[in-house]
Amino acid sequence: MKKLSVDRIRCDGYGMCAEILPEMIALDDWGYPILREAPVPAHLMELAERAVDVCPVLALRLDPVLRDAVRERRAQRVHVGGR
Amino acid sequence: MTVTATRPERLLAGPSFDAGLEPYGSHVARLGEPPYGFAGPPLIESLERSGLLGRGGAGFPVGRKWRVVAERARRGAVVIANGAEGEPRSAKDRALLGLRPHLVIDGAILAALSFGANLVQVYVGGEHRSAVAAMRRALAERPRVRGMTLELVEAPTGYVSGESSAVVRYLNEYDARPMATPPRPHERGVAGRPTLIQNVESLAYAALIARYGAEWYREAGRDATAGTALVTVTGPVAEPGVREIEYGTTLRELVALAGGVPEDAGAVLLGGYFGGWGALPELLDVPLDPEALAAHGLGFGCGLVSLLPAGACGVWATEQIVAYMAGESARQCGPCIFGLGAVAESLRRLAAGTPLHDDLANLDRWSAELVGRGACHHPDGTAALLRSGLEVFADEFALHAHGHCSHDARRARELG
Repeated sequence: MKKLSVDRIRCDGYGMCAEILPEMIALDDWGYPILREAPVPAHLMELAERAVDVCPVLALRLDPVLRDAVRERRAQRVHVGGR
Repeated sequence: MTVTATRPERLLAGPSFDAGLEPYGSHVARLGEPPYGFAGPPLIESLERSGLLGRGGAGFPVGRKWRVVAERARRGAVVIANGAEGEPRSAKDRALLGLRPHLVIDGAILAALSFGANLVQVYVGGEHRSAVAAMRRALAERPRVRGMTLELVEAPTGYVSGESSAVVRYLNEYDARPMATPPRPHERGVAGRPTLIQNVESLAYAALIARYGAEWYREAGRDATAGTALVTVTGPVAEPGVREIEYGTTLRELVALAGGVPEDAGAVLLGGYFGGWGALPELLDVPLDPEALAAHGLGFGCGLVSLLPAGACGVWATEQIVAYMAGESARQCGPCIFGLGAVAESLRRLAAGTPLHDDLANLDRWSAELVGRGACHHPDGTAALLRSGLEVFADEFALHAHGHCSHDARRARELG
């Protein structure tokens, strides 16, 4: 399972993600994305990947959803140790 | 701002406040040598048992935070004593730094010894000149700890410069704007090392718990949360300023301690500009305790208790705060730049009596939409403050939406 997230500092409000995936992404009054919290359902996964690919500033990401804190901590430890 | 003694006194115990900073000799004579031998797992366990909560605003348990850093500290860690205190009406951190700097240093060194850290940086808001001077003198007279460097770093002025990712960024690259996380500071912070960023009041308390233990800590506190806390009282009272109170003290008691009467206040801002408005007199007998306040949708935050004078307009007061917060945006994230800017503009029109027809409806919507939309919590905190203002001052906002105000004197002054 994967979830959408956006790097708010990178995002410049191009809005292409919301055009491709309106089911998951709305735009606020200034054109910046409001993401749905829920994991991306399987039937929208292909569109979500396309939305990530077309972002001109590479601000949109698809991150794996971790089931619990233990796994998250383990994942972070691997992440840190790997650098 | 003045500092006033209150019982029971722990963080602020010691010589008269008029004497200024307590020198190291007096500090050690009063409290004994700092118990460096207790650093490490025993102290971390003691902090966990004490229930000590962080005093920077978020209230995260200190023991748990230390444990997370300790688990990652194999590559060497860094300890930051955070005394940036960018919160405009708060003065408790600079009061503590100015009066009891060695208690803060004790706590920071104990943290560093607990993680095997060889660098302690005391990060003090550069605009707080007397706190900077006190900490400089305290560090200069402090006996060295083998293998450990203690530094004073002046934080640039600004609301967000004390935010933890901004602290790390400033110490790494002299840019005090928040960063996108992860990595979080405890993962990769100053110089890429695991970093503990802890408010100075939390560190001072860690130094007392290291001496007297978790059970001693828990002897104070009247409600769900144990301990005492520093608060800053502002508004229509005879003696505003910094005090130490037991958690669970009521607002009614605190107002009396500060030489005020509840009738002089129309509402209260609790916890800071990231906090929220509370209605009076409803809140007067609610314990000033994080859990009890949470039940009312409020937080203890940084201990700010800012009373709005009776007869002052809540719309105007909310506008003042939000305008400040919009100006303090680091201007990195669109929703913060444009969203807070638009909120401030709508509020300005409403306060001035020249609203557009959709200003109030927009504020209501934006107060929900702006939550979670920045790299840091600046938009979230401001949106929460706005939301509380819309609720507590709902009647007044409704009047303002039609160009009226029930506080004629204030409005007349505002409109010149």
